[in-house]
Amino acid sequence: MTTKPPPTDVLLRGVWRENPVLVQMLGLCSTLAVTNTVANSVAMGLATSFVLICSSVLISSLRRFMPNQVRIAAYVLIIATFVTVADMMLEALVPEIHRQLGAFVALIVVNCIILGRAEAFAARQPVGRAVLDAVGTSAGYIITLLLMGTAREILGSGSILGISLFGPSFEPWVIMILPPGGFFMIGSLLLAKSWWERRADARRAAVARLATNREGVAA
Amino acid sequence: MSETSHTDGSAPPTAPDVPSGRLIATLGTAGALAGLLIVLAYQGTLPAIEGNRAARTDRAIHEVLRGLDRYDTLYLYEGALTAKLPEGVDDRPLERIYQGYDAAGAPVGFAITVGEGGFQDVIKILFGFDPATRTTLGLTILSSLETPGLGDKINEEGWRNQFRGRKTPLVRVKQGASKAPDEVDTITGATISSRTVIAGVNKGVERWAPLLDAYLAKGGS
Repeated sequence: MTTKPPPTDVLLRGVWRENPVLVQMLGLCSTLAVTNTVANSVAMGLATSFVLICSSVLISSLRRFMPNQVRIAAYVLIIATFVTVADMMLEALVPEIHRQLGAFVALIVVNCIILGRAEAFAARQPVGRAVLDAVGTSAGYIITLLLMGTAREILGSGSILGISLFGPSFEPWVIMILPPGGFFMIGSLLLAKSWWERRADARRAAVARLATNREGVAA
Repeated sequence: MSETSHTDGSAPPTAPDVPSGRLIATLGTAGALAGLLIVLAYQGTLPAIEGNRAARTDRAIHEVLRGLDRYDTLYLYEGALTAKLPEGVDDRPLERIYQGYDAAGAPVGFAITVGEGGFQDVIKILFGFDPATRTTLGLTILSSLETPGLGDKINEEGWRNQFRGRKTPLVRVKQGASKAPDEVDTITGATISSRTVIAGVNKGVERWAPLLDAYLAKGGS
């Protein structure tokens, strides 16, 4: 086995460096579909996190008893169970949001982020690390949904969490809360992230060059 | 990407040869536990979910019948409306409308549910109806999946308020053009959705008004 990354790394890499949506490009269906308001984004993010964390704990703790041949079936069963529970809890606690999320809560079952983390991480790692990984990945997912939801609600409805920002004279960009707005937003986010990374790379390269130059002068 | 990579092809650490009995037992146990968990969650959340649904219907009925104090449920049973079902009849699959009364006990009209195919999905409408004058008393949208920003303008109160005191059958006219007591504006940008709502009300009246007449003639007040 290769050397294990430290726990902080397990926790933090899902947030940014291996962000499930912006880097691994997983879970795009829900990211595009339900981020038309901040409230929907938060509810979807929390529901998915609940499923991801619970199923990671269970899959990780059962990993020694789970025969290889039935593991996929068992993962899907575990995930589907937690999704059903999350669906019922949303309907009981926030019926209005549950109505707006519609089928997308049930579709968490087939969210690649969850099955991906189960198969690639939780099934091979102790419970503690699996939880850290699930929390980090959840945070990365929620942050992405929030970025999308905030921008789309501000532009598409002129409000945040239903509170109007610009007054009645503002003509909302309806397209931002329609499906194309989701694609525009995810495209902009990916553009911004890759621009940011290029700039960071260029800066690192410049610092390295400077260091070699200095060595040259000193010598 | 050491731990997220799949390219090494290694499966999770398990014994290679497992008797099939154990495979079935494992999945069976997992299934039983999953079933148990779901049933617990279902029973735990059911009262809240049913409460939410009842509260939503209750709010909607108050919205479409002004001056409402209490209401009775009328069931469509064997082709006629009845307030009291015979013993032992399951009321859940039956269609129903609601008869409202004000604080003095005088009837204020009926609340009728209709579903009509809209732009995306069925739009469920609840409207208040007075069978004596054949007028609508108010209207609310129970559920719709119309396009945000366009079709979902049918939810706006300003537009829905038009349905207070309109003569049926309703006639749809362009936005801002309604004059006669049977004319209702459609919404520019939500043409299909607003037409659907108007058509739904007309169909609802066509279907339920004769039933209501028969019910009232029989002495149900």
